[in-house]
Amino acid sequence: MKSYQAVVLLNRQVSKRYWHMIIDTTKLNSPVDPGQFFHIRCSDNQSPFLRRPLSVYKVNDNTIEFLYLVKGLGTKEMSFIEENETIDIMGPLGEGFHLESTARTILLVARGVGVATLAALAQAAYFQGTHCVVILSARTNEDLLAADFLKGFGADVYSVTEEEGTSAVENVKGLIVNEIFEKFKIDNIYTCGSKRLSRLAQEVAETYDIPGEIALEEHMGCAMGACFACVSDIKEEGIVKSVRVCIEGPVFPLRKVLL
Amino acid sequence: MKTQLKTEVNIGSLSLKNPIMPASGAFGLEMEKAIDFNQLGALVPKSITKLSQPGNVKPRVCETIAGMINSIGIQSKGLDHYLEVSVPAFARYNVPLIASVSAESVEEFVEMSSILGNHPNIDALELNISCPNLKGDGKAFGMDPYITEDLISKSKRVANVPVIAKLTPNVTSIQEIAIAAERGGADGLTVANTLLAMAIDVETRKPLIGNVMGGLSGPAIKPIIVRMIYQVAKVCSIPIIGCGGVMSGKDALEMIIAGAKAVQIGTASFINPTAITDIITEIHTYMDAHQINNINDLVGSVEI
Ligand SMILES: Cc1cc2nc3c(=O)[nH]c(=O)nc-3n(C[C@H](O)[C@H](O)[C@H](O)COP(=O)(O)OP(=O)(O)OC[C@H]3O[C@@H](n4cnc5c(N)ncnc54)[C@H](O)[C@@H]3O)c2cc1C
Ligand SMILES: Cc1cc2nc3c(=O)[nH]c(=O)nc-3n(C[C@H](O)[C@H](O)[C@H](O)COP(=O)(O)O)c2cc1C
Ligand code: FES
Repeated sequence: MKSYQAVVLLNRQVSKRYWHMIIDTTKLNSPVDPGQFFHIRCSDNQSPFLRRPLSVYKVNDNTIEFLYLVKGLGTKEMSFIEENETIDIMGPLGEGFHLESTARTILLVARGVGVATLAALAQAAYFQGTHCVVILSARTNEDLLAADFLKGFGADVYSVTEEEGTSAVENVKGLIVNEIFEKFKIDNIYTCGSKRLSRLAQEVAETYDIPGEIALEEHMGCAMGACFACVSDIKEEGIVKSVRVCIEGPVFPLRKVLL
Repeated sequence: MKTQLKTEVNIGSLSLKNPIMPASGAFGLEMEKAIDFNQLGALVPKSITKLSQPGNVKPRVCETIAGMINSIGIQSKGLDHYLEVSVPAFARYNVPLIASVSAESVEEFVEMSSILGNHPNIDALELNISCPNLKGDGKAFGMDPYITEDLISKSKRVANVPVIAKLTPNVTSIQEIAIAAERGGADGLTVANTLLAMAIDVETRKPLIGNVMGGLSGPAIKPIIVRMIYQVAKVCSIPIIGCGGVMSGKDALEMIIAGAKAVQIGTASFINPTAITDIITEIHTYMDAHQINNINDLVGSVEI
């Protein structure tokens, strides 16, 4: 779980608010699963003080990629890092997604930068021959991230946005039930990025009895399971239980989370 | 590194092979993956309460300049789970286990001290009389010298291991409380817990912490803690464990020179997972460079 300095190979703005970073992980010596995350020092200074969690967007042989939203101080500082400089990363951390080898078609429901987390799963699915259907939801067309990336892995991508008035939950529900379910037999559902869409995914998964998973986000202190900052409630056999997102998650069974 | 360097220190009858240990609440078994526990002076897990309790509302942490505020509350699985699961897991290491105790009344502190303070695998108690989240408005037992003395002396009577009082910095005179704890028979004093603090998002005008207020830790508080160690060392003769804002070996040495016999490392581990063991190495390097053969020679060596 040690942290180390990784060389930044690319750090580029890909849209108004989103950035793409590639780092060299030759020294990492540890496999990285989709859904896992790294705890990152955004600057060498004491401000921002805490590290920031970012999930892996793409995993390659000797590099990993992040897709991040410039939100506040930490991610702003990250965007200033130049190519060939180093970045202090700790990871891979947490429990990633489970992808059944027998799954033929899976549905990914992503809102905003939630696609960063699900894209790594789409990549893993492609390599094992599982087909992905993806719903991408965003505020604007400009914020629809990674559509080409996903199509490159053979995914069928459906986009919905506020800009086009297509992203309302009822609309997405119609899209899933009337269009996607008509066309494909979905074996698993995965979601990340918004409470409203996750609730919808949970409802659909329950109604149609499809197993699913969700990647949760919580503010973190240690990201090592020691501080209990990142807790979330899940329900197991009728009992509500407090779990730490950094170590027991960030990925949890969709039916167990209390959204 | 020279082998004859003596880093052993004593807190009452408890002997530590070096003065560096984790701070309660910022350390857990999960960190086995990051550091070798056998290198540490002592193990100090999160405060334990008698019954299980859920902790505070979210968000539980926020960031400030050179620090963080937390209002975790004592999320705890209760004493039974602690004794059945945590203690045996820590006992696998050949390092003293200091159980941090949190309670809701003097009687409960005494009850827990008698159970934990007579357990074969527990080597000392640290009474957390300072947690600012426990009672309304961040009030704590350790804000009152009479309660402090009463609580320590009663716990001391039933426990068979050294009893350390973890003091709150949220008082007008920490010396007054330190003296009360010493009078109550404490074997050591941890100086100190977090400083009661608050941060507000000016856009939403909402506090950044769900609990509104929380405890400030990290480098931002270190100068205040160093001052308190110095003040307490002047009026007490029992060992002091410095705690608050240590990020490096140099910071730890500053506390030792101010009067601390041992030093706890909390938030630093969140920034650098190997902070505790790195600090031990840095202390060795310093001793070597300054030809200090015995760490005890440095304790309280500040030249005024
Ligand atoms: C497991 C995990 C994976 C993530 N993966 C990605 C990703 O791939 N791409 C991406 O753009 N974002 C991701 N996020 C969200 C990302 O961590 C936050 O957007 C980021 O920390 C904001 O930091 P900031 O300093 O820019 O913003 P600020 O708002 O200034 O941050 C202040 C504090 O709030 C915390 N915080 C703010 N927003 C969030 C949030 N949504 N979740 C958790 N903590 C937050 C920060 O960590 C920091 O401690 C992930 C979060 C988690 C928990
Ligand atoms: C997330 C977090 C949880 C804490 N929980 C406890 C606790 O359970 N018991 C306790 O005595 N102190 C607790 N503390 C206080 C620390 O032990 C320590 O006194 C404080 O953080 C100052 O040291 P530092 O600046 O090195 O972190 C906690 C601190 C943090 C940051
Ligand atoms: S962030 Fe510390 S327990 Fe999860």
